[in-house]
Amino acid sequence: MHDLTRRSLLQGGTALAATGMLTGPALFDFAKAWAQSAPWKAEPGAKLTVMRWKRFVPAEDDAFNAMVAAFKTATGTEMNVFSESFEDVQPKASVAANTGSGLDLAWGLHTLPQLFPTKVLKMNDVADYLGKKYGGWTDAAAKTCKQGDDWLGIPVATIGGYLTYRKSAVEKAGFKQVPSDFPAYLELCKALKKNNTPAGFALGHATGDANLWLHNVLWGHNAWTVDKDDKVIINSPETMKALDYAKALSETFIPGVASWNDSSNNKAFLSGELFLTGNGISVYVAAKDDPSKKELAEDIDHALWPVGPIGKPAELQLAVPILAFNFTKYPNAAKAFIAFMLEKENFEKWLSGARGYLTQTLNAYDSAPVWTADPKNAVFGQASKRALPASGIGTPGEKAATAIADFIVVDMFANYCTGAKDGKTAMAEAERQLKRIYR
Amino acid sequence: MADIALAPRRAKTEIREATTWDQLRHNKNWLGFWFMLPALAFLIFFLAYPLGLGIWLSFTDTRIGRVGHFVGTENYEWLWDDSIFWLSVFNTLLYTFVASAIKFAVGLYLALLLNERMPFKALLRAAVLIPFIVPTVLSALAFWWIFDSQFSIISWSLKHLGVITQNINFLGDTTWARICVIFANIWRGVPFVAITLLAGLQTVQPSLYEAATLDGASRWQMFRFITYPLLTPIIAVVMTFSVLFTFTDFQLIWAMTRGGPVNATHLMATLSYQRAIIAGQLGEGAAISSAMIPFLLAAIMVSWFGLQRRKWQQGESND
Repeated sequence: MHDLTRRSLLQGGTALAATGMLTGPALFDFAKAWAQSAPWKAEPGAKLTVMRWKRFVPAEDDAFNAMVAAFKTATGTEMNVFSESFEDVQPKASVAANTGSGLDLAWGLHTLPQLFPTKVLKMNDVADYLGKKYGGWTDAAAKTCKQGDDWLGIPVATIGGYLTYRKSAVEKAGFKQVPSDFPAYLELCKALKKNNTPAGFALGHATGDANLWLHNVLWGHNAWTVDKDDKVIINSPETMKALDYAKALSETFIPGVASWNDSSNNKAFLSGELFLTGNGISVYVAAKDDPSKKELAEDIDHALWPVGPIGKPAELQLAVPILAFNFTKYPNAAKAFIAFMLEKENFEKWLSGARGYLTQTLNAYDSAPVWTADPKNAVFGQASKRALPASGIGTPGEKAATAIADFIVVDMFANYCTGAKDGKTAMAEAERQLKRIYR
Repeated sequence: MADIALAPRRAKTEIREATTWDQLRHNKNWLGFWFMLPALAFLIFFLAYPLGLGIWLSFTDTRIGRVGHFVGTENYEWLWDDSIFWLSVFNTLLYTFVASAIKFAVGLYLALLLNERMPFKALLRAAVLIPFIVPTVLSALAFWWIFDSQFSIISWSLKHLGVITQNINFLGDTTWARICVIFANIWRGVPFVAITLLAGLQTVQPSLYEAATLDGASRWQMFRFITYPLLTPIIAVVMTFSVLFTFTDFQLIWAMTRGGPVNATHLMATLSYQRAIIAGQLGEGAAISSAMIPFLLAAIMVSWFGLQRRKWQQGESND
């Protein structure tokens, strides 16, 4: 846990200036002016404890901390911020929800606010204020945070995951760019393998990367875990087609993907052993920041996930909503802080700090400078718009979040792709696991 | 006057019947109870209560974030038909049996070796302990790197020696992955077995070996009829703990494979954590944990009743 001060922020100003972030007096002046006109006035002596997911791009963390420090100075609110790994955010937020103490705000994954709808502060006014001011919310973002007409949290951003590839390898395979349909995409992967420049996508218990591409394959075939009434429909001919397609694709992969976690493809790609994978922008950012990988960074590009037989984008992206607990002693300060984070003067600079790792959920930020600062970033700017909520066509909530966390879809595909089970058995097993959750 | 006035009052005090409280204060049996009370409270609050709570949770649909309701044996019924659960049971038994057996064999061999006269014996004994003092997660991360599908030092070396042409898919293949996690567990667990058995060996009287030597006994006969019988009680205790530690292992698996590939290394402990904490289903996770209890009780019973048997204690065959 750390307590940010104006002094520490000023000391770290150089790093932030490099990303174009408002630093020093300019940031504090904006914050003061905002605090005076904002709809929510922080309670005198307010103190907020904030838990967030651990950053992957250091400059994003710097930008976030700068916002926190400016808010503190402008409103007089004491801010304690600490980070946890993705897996630990939900349990710790749940403990706070159960005990009614410990945290004021929690920033986590997928449908976090839906886990304890009776314990969160309704954010209707904040969502309304921001939505009207910044062109409305993307559909998946709103669904992720809304229950009926109530906003249980605010969808701060989406961590976009797309295809990262080596241009030279794709061209050598006979393609000008990564194809946008499933059959041609498979042909590309076959050609990459033939040229000994293989693709590779995580088939292990990788929370982000494995769920990312496998849901694209599943949903792209118009196959779903549950229907709109939350009836389990995974056992279907469409799922079988998705399984067959994924198996054909996996046969072109670099060996070892069944053991991959979320960091494995980054390592393999940066070491020059992998030429096409699905990931956030962190691979490219790491290559750009390493002077010894200049050539690699120039050869890297990004592409959207291909569209399957369903005929439209059907992607699972990593939503990161924030919530405030209703037992907080400082509800106005909590709302003010969330609104402050998403104001243009902060948010666009924050996106720049994240360097494409975070994607906006408010439509007005589609034209944020980060998406044009480097043409290779542009793909990630579409993540929130192309995404479906974690539930697919079903109801977002704790059951959908559980299904993802329990790797049901991942295990179904992994069982079939590795030959551990036949398609019918793999589907039946997934169906049973889902019925267990949706009972 | 004063004496006269006080005398009846004193007599009245002396004839007062002892109250229950007086008995509890002065009875020696109760005194023993009072001394045991802190230990009893400790056992109740830190051992019995969590165990009881875990078992209770297994009969509820409690989720992280909300209180559950009593659902009877529903969690267990779902587990009964859950192939991943049964796979985790199989993995746990395989992991425990194979790792414990090899740990015992290697540990006993090392203990016998370190009990011999040899140069740098103290240094070697200290070196044997190294795997035990390295934090589990650190050693698991080291093994994760050693067995990495792309960057394994073993694959790298064998490739450079021309032995193999492709990386060995250590953690990506189900059989290899099981072998790797068992190997890592053995590496970590051998020092405990070796050092404890060595301590036991040092309690054996040298005069017994001298007598056996005079009788012309071979080294095998000395081990079979002197060392082994006297070591049996220690072996029983060491192996009980070794089996318990192995059966409930979590860190090594979680850091190395997270139960993968395709759940081939999921133990009951890791599956319980995944279901209860990661997926938020506390009731179901508690049911998986509770399902471990019969196995653990069985392991304890074998050791407990074995130790009670005089003949076994003396290294002879059971009745």
